Amino acid sequence: MAKLLYLAVLLFSIALIHGCTSRDTENRLKITGSDTMVILGQAWAERYMELHTEKTVSVTGGGSGVGITAIIDGGTDIAQASREMKPSEIGKANAMGASPVKTIVAYDGIAMIVNPDNPVEQLTMGQAGAILKGEVKNWKEVGGKDEQIGIYSRESSSGTYEFVKEYVLKKADYAPGTKYSSGNSAIVESVSQDKTAIGYVGVAYAKQRNDVKILRIAKEGGSEGYLPTKETVKSGEYPISRSLNFYTNGEPKGTAKEFIDFVKGEEGKAITEELGYFG
Amino acid sequence: MAKQDLAGNAMGKLTHIVAYTSIVAIVLIFLFLFLEGAGIFRFEDPVHLFLGTEWQPTSENPRYEMLTLIVGSLFVTLGAIVVGVPLAVGCAIYLSEIAPQWLEEVLKPAIEIIAGIPSVVIGFFALVVLAPLLSQIFGIPSGLTALNGALMLAVMIIPTVETISEDALRSVPKGYRHASLAMGATEWETIKNVIVPSAIPGIGVGVLLGFGRAIGETMVVLMATGNAALIPTGFLDPVRTMTGTVAAEMGEVARGSPHYFALFMIGCTLFIISFGVNLVANHLIKREER
Repeated sequence: MAKLLYLAVLLFSIALIHGCTSRDTENRLKITGSDTMVILGQAWAERYMELHTEKTVSVTGGGSGVGITAIIDGGTDIAQASREMKPSEIGKANAMGASPVKTIVAYDGIAMIVNPDNPVEQLTMGQAGAILKGEVKNWKEVGGKDEQIGIYSRESSSGTYEFVKEYVLKKADYAPGTKYSSGNSAIVESVSQDKTAIGYVGVAYAKQRNDVKILRIAKEGGSEGYLPTKETVKSGEYPISRSLNFYTNGEPKGTAKEFIDFVKGEEGKAITEELGYFG
Repeated sequence: MAKQDLAGNAMGKLTHIVAYTSIVAIVLIFLFLFLEGAGIFRFEDPVHLFLGTEWQPTSENPRYEMLTLIVGSLFVTLGAIVVGVPLAVGCAIYLSEIAPQWLEEVLKPAIEIIAGIPSVVIGFFALVVLAPLLSQIFGIPSGLTALNGALMLAVMIIPTVETISEDALRSVPKGYRHASLAMGATEWETIKNVIVPSAIPGIGVGVLLGFGRAIGETMVVLMATGNAALIPTGFLDPVRTMTGTVAAEMGEVARGSPHYFALFMIGCTLFIISFGVNLVANHLIKREER
């Protein structure tokens, strides 16, 4: 009986050690970068690990810049970036002998919303920026009624806040009287009640609601305005949109390639759209 | 006998230690807040920090100026006191002096239930029900105002103020009442001239605890007041409070950044305000007792 127990323990230990050693670098994938994409990355990784129990995928944030630096100095397998690499970063990568390759994994678009009673249908990027910065204070200046504009923004901890600040405000500050809400639903709620309101939320979120009006946005005066749809966001015709990217050192291969294929496949896309982005 | 003394002594020491623990905890919390917050003085001078009105922590040219937030918090809190205290004290007088037993048994639990409502539910009510109502009544585009927050906080402080006021009223010696009635005063005159004045210190404590409850409340003001960092000109303007700012911004702030220090300094300021209010309360009570 005792011998049998010994044998069992021995076999178990061997299995354990084997299990550990087989989890070698080949099956381990490290992903780091954009804070906007952390939740996406984690959702993808979770499902991927359910399907491939032998793989370990770890996802951390820090910002797109952190991810890109890590891909240059070999600190990560995949960098998540909600922006393109800057020329300076590409130069640095070349100097270090790294060759980052971009793969677009998702698209992100922000809808500008107003009250359904507001006659304004379309804004240019310039007008939208001027309103959020507080330079344009009255709706009549952009073709609406003679009413003070009420601005509703996400709190500064939100990735959407940063995105709009960078793309629409060109990094300027929001108007001093801006009202801040801590979630998409609070913004939609306020805009649906306030006839003078303008606010912004993720496209997928705005589309679920019919008590607010989504504005057409034109790149500049004279150019055509577009409503945010999956197609216009992906093509970039809708101006408040961006691609969410993976960067790998060289063409993706091994586990990284498998993971990227999963993310771009049916199931990955379903997760992407569930989280409010476009696959 | 000697054994009993020993046991008594040990218990005495133990209660000493327990009593001092709370003081130590308060000092440690204050030190922690202050040491974490003091880093902001490397980035912003005290005059701007406390008396400037621009709160732009994520700007390219960041400004960490807290006056707007301090004014916002005080505005909402004082509004809540003005609306809530008369209701709560009136309630306490009615329950302790006038109401029949059976009504008391219905009303008292109803008031206590208010204390049990999660603040996020009250905040949601303010956002979805009260805000549109206020915007209709006052003809303003948005009901997310200081008034909205103050009304909700007024409801939230009622249980605190009512319970303590009622205790104070009930602990007025029966002899006072009998003496007053015996001298020919009516029931109402007795309440107005004898019972309420005798209970004033206790009611004052209730009001100050209500103040503490209101200024520290976070979720309701975050959802109800619009959070615009502007000095309000009236109760129909939106305000941004200290608690709301810490709650909304702490989540994503980088540890050790100026913004992080600034948020801790806000916490420190909140601590000092509520500590000050308590000191004033103690002082008033002592003076009244003399």
